[in-house]
Amino acid sequence: MDVMEKLEILTASAKYDVACTSSGSDRKGQAGSLGSTTAMGICHSFAADGRCISLLKVLMSNACVYDCAYCVNRKSNPVRRAAFTPEEIADLTMQFYRRNYIEGLFLSSGIMRNPDYTTEQLIAALELLRNVYHFNGYIHVKAIPGADDALLSRLGLLADRMSVNIELPSQESLGILAPDKSKISILKPMGLIKDRITENSSDIVKYNHAPRFAPAGQSTQMIVGASPDTDYQILNLTEGLYRKYALKRVFFSAYTPVIEDSLLPSLDTKPPLLREHRLYQADWLLRFYGFQASELLDEAVPNFNPLLDPKCSWAVNHREQFPVEINRAPYEMLLRVPGIGVRSAQRIVKARRAGTLDFQALKKLGVVLKRAQFFITCKGKPLEGLKVSEHTLLRSLMSGQQLAPYQPHQVEQLTLFDDHYAAALPAAGGWAEFKKGAEA
Amino acid sequence: MFKPSALAYTYDGSFEGLLCCVFESYTWKEIPLAVHSEGEEQGLLLESKWIETDKEKAERVLKSIPLRISPEAEELVRLGFWSNTPGKELLLLNFLYLGFKHGRKVMNMLADDTVHALQKAVQQLRREGHLYLGFVRFSVYGPVMAAVIEPQGYILPVIQEHFCDRFQNESFMIYDQTHEAALIHEPGREAIIPLSGWIAPEPDEAEEAYRRLWTGFYHAIGIKERRNERLRSSLMPKRYWKHMVEMNGSNGVPALADTQRKKALQPEPPKTIGPLPASLRQTNTHT
Repeated sequence: MDVMEKLEILTASAKYDVACTSSGSDRKGQAGSLGSTTAMGICHSFAADGRCISLLKVLMSNACVYDCAYCVNRKSNPVRRAAFTPEEIADLTMQFYRRNYIEGLFLSSGIMRNPDYTTEQLIAALELLRNVYHFNGYIHVKAIPGADDALLSRLGLLADRMSVNIELPSQESLGILAPDKSKISILKPMGLIKDRITENSSDIVKYNHAPRFAPAGQSTQMIVGASPDTDYQILNLTEGLYRKYALKRVFFSAYTPVIEDSLLPSLDTKPPLLREHRLYQADWLLRFYGFQASELLDEAVPNFNPLLDPKCSWAVNHREQFPVEINRAPYEMLLRVPGIGVRSAQRIVKARRAGTLDFQALKKLGVVLKRAQFFITCKGKPLEGLKVSEHTLLRSLMSGQQLAPYQPHQVEQLTLFDDHYAAALPAAGGWAEFKKGAEA
Repeated sequence: MFKPSALAYTYDGSFEGLLCCVFESYTWKEIPLAVHSEGEEQGLLLESKWIETDKEKAERVLKSIPLRISPEAEELVRLGFWSNTPGKELLLLNFLYLGFKHGRKVMNMLADDTVHALQKAVQQLRREGHLYLGFVRFSVYGPVMAAVIEPQGYILPVIQEHFCDRFQNESFMIYDQTHEAALIHEPGREAIIPLSGWIAPEPDEAEEAYRRLWTGFYHAIGIKERRNERLRSSLMPKRYWKHMVEMNGSNGVPALADTQRKKALQPEPPKTIGPLPASLRQTNTHT
C-alpha cells in the first residue's frame, strides 16, 4: 500500500474528530529547527464542509480492538485498515509544514493491541519528529485512556495539546454505546494531564529550561445526537469539565451516522448541525461572556430553542435587567446585551471615555442594533421610533438568516420556520411570557 | 483648523511622500480637497500641487506622531497606508489633523467618522494578513522555496516577521503579484524588494508528489454529510483559491493546465542555495 492510499484511509478515519485548533501555544522559531506556534492559531484551509484545516489530522492506525457502536473504526466494521510508520508520519508532517500547508500534526490512533502499546507507538512517532527531524511546530496528540501514567507523561512532553475524548455525555450512554470505555477510564488520564500541567508550571518558575508539558493545555469532545442526553446535561457537564479539569476547549460533534446499529439513530438521520451550533454558542457564553450553565437552561427547559440563540433567550426571560444605559453600564452587563459581542463591548468602553455615545455611534462600533435596540438606552433614551410590538421583536431576534450557513441544504433552510419548529417555541425559552411582555 | 483650499496634492506614492503632504499642509495652513499619488488618475478640476519628497521633512512629521499622539497612532498610520482603501491619503491626513488636535485621546474616538474609517481599513488589512499566514503556499525547488500571493492590501510587511521566524533556516521568497514586490529571506538576511513579472518555475517530481498528497488529504478530511459550500466560501473567499494547490482543480488531482500554460516561460529552477535573491530575480529577466 503506498503512502497516498494510507493517507486517504487514515484521514477518512480521523475526520470525525472535531478539534483542529492550533491555538494556545506561543513558541518562537529556533535556529536549527523548523517551525513556531502562535497563540491565536492559524487556519490553513477550509474543507468543503466549511471546517477549518489547521493540522494534518490522521490516525497512526485505524485498526482497533474496541467495538464502540458509534465509531467508524469499530472492530466489527468491515473497513479497509492501514497503519503509518513513524517515518511516514514525520516525513508528511515536515514536507506539508515546509510548504505552509499546515500548522502542525494532530495524531490519534485506534487501539493497537492495548493502550500501552498504542501510546508507545505515538511516542515513537513524536520523538522522531521532535528529536530527529527537529520539528518545532504544533502537535496535538490523543491520550489513550487506560495507558500507563509514565507513558502519558512522556507523551505530554512531546506535544502542545493533549486530549481525551469524553465521547458521550453520560455514563449510561457510554455503557450502552461504548462498552469498552467507562467514565472513570476517561476521567483518569484527564486528571493526570491536569496535574502534570500544574506541576510543570511551577517547575518552569524554578528551572527556566524545564521541558514544557502540553503548554496549550487539554481539550475534549463529545458526540451530540447519538444518545438521548439533553442540552442541559451536556452544558452542565461542559461547565464541570472547564472547572474541574481546567480544559481549554470542549468540542461538540454532531453525530453523523456511519454504521447501521439498533442502538443508534438510523443511517438516514441528518447530523444535528443546528443543535451543535447552539451548544457552541452557549459554550462561548460560558467562556467569554460570564454566563453559567444554570442561567441558560434548567430541568424545566432542558433544550435550546432552535429559533432564538441562547443569549437572546436569556435576555427575553430576564427583561427586568433591561434596558441598560450604554454610557454607564459596566462591561459585564454590556456583554449580556443581545447584539453586543466581546469586541463591540470593548469598543464601547473605550469610545465612551472620549465622549457620550448615541445610536449612530453604536453602529460604527459594530453593535447589531437590530437585536440590541430593545435592550439599551443612549443618554437615557431608547431608539427613536422604536416599536416593541410582538411582530418586530420576533422578527428581529430570530436568527434564521445567520443560521443559513449551518443549514446544509436550501430546502432545510426554508423548513426552519415550519410548524414543528414553531410548536417548540412556547416550551423553549418562556416564549409565551415574552409575548405577553412585548404586548404590554 | 485651517480652511479647505481648492487644491489637490500630488505626491510620489511613498510613505515619506505622504508625510511631506502633511508637512506642506501645516506649512501653508491649507487642507487639500484631494491627494493623488503620481500616475494615478486625477478626476477633479482642481489646481494640482506637486509635493516633493524630502526625507528630513518626512522624518520630522513621523517623529511627532508618537510624541504628540501616541505610538499606537504611528502604527495605525503605517498600516492605514498599506491598506487599499480608496482615498486613504486624505483619510490619513484627516486622521493626523484630528490627532495633532486631540492628542492620544484620538485613539479612543472610535465613533468619529475619520477614526472609524481608518480603523476599518486597518482591520481589513490585518484580517487579510492573518488569512495569508495560513493561505500562503510554498513550492519547494530543491533548497529554496517560493510562493505567489495576490492580496488586496500590501500585507508583506504584516506577515514578514511570522514567516521569517517560522522558516528561519530556509531560503524563501513570497512574491506579491498585486503590488509587484517580494519578501526575500535567507538565514540571517531578509528584505522586501520591488519585483515584477516573476513566474513560478515548473514543479519537479517530488514537489508534484507532495502536492498530490496534500490535495488527497484535503478531499479526504471533509465530511460528505456536512458539505457546506457557503460556509467554506465565507471563511475562505474564492479570490484566494487561485494560488492554493488544493483548490486548483477537481477530484483531488491538481490541475496541470496552469503549469502547462507556463511551460513556455519556464526558467531554469535555481540550483544553488547561495544568493537566493539573485537567482530568483534572474528568472525575472528571462521573461
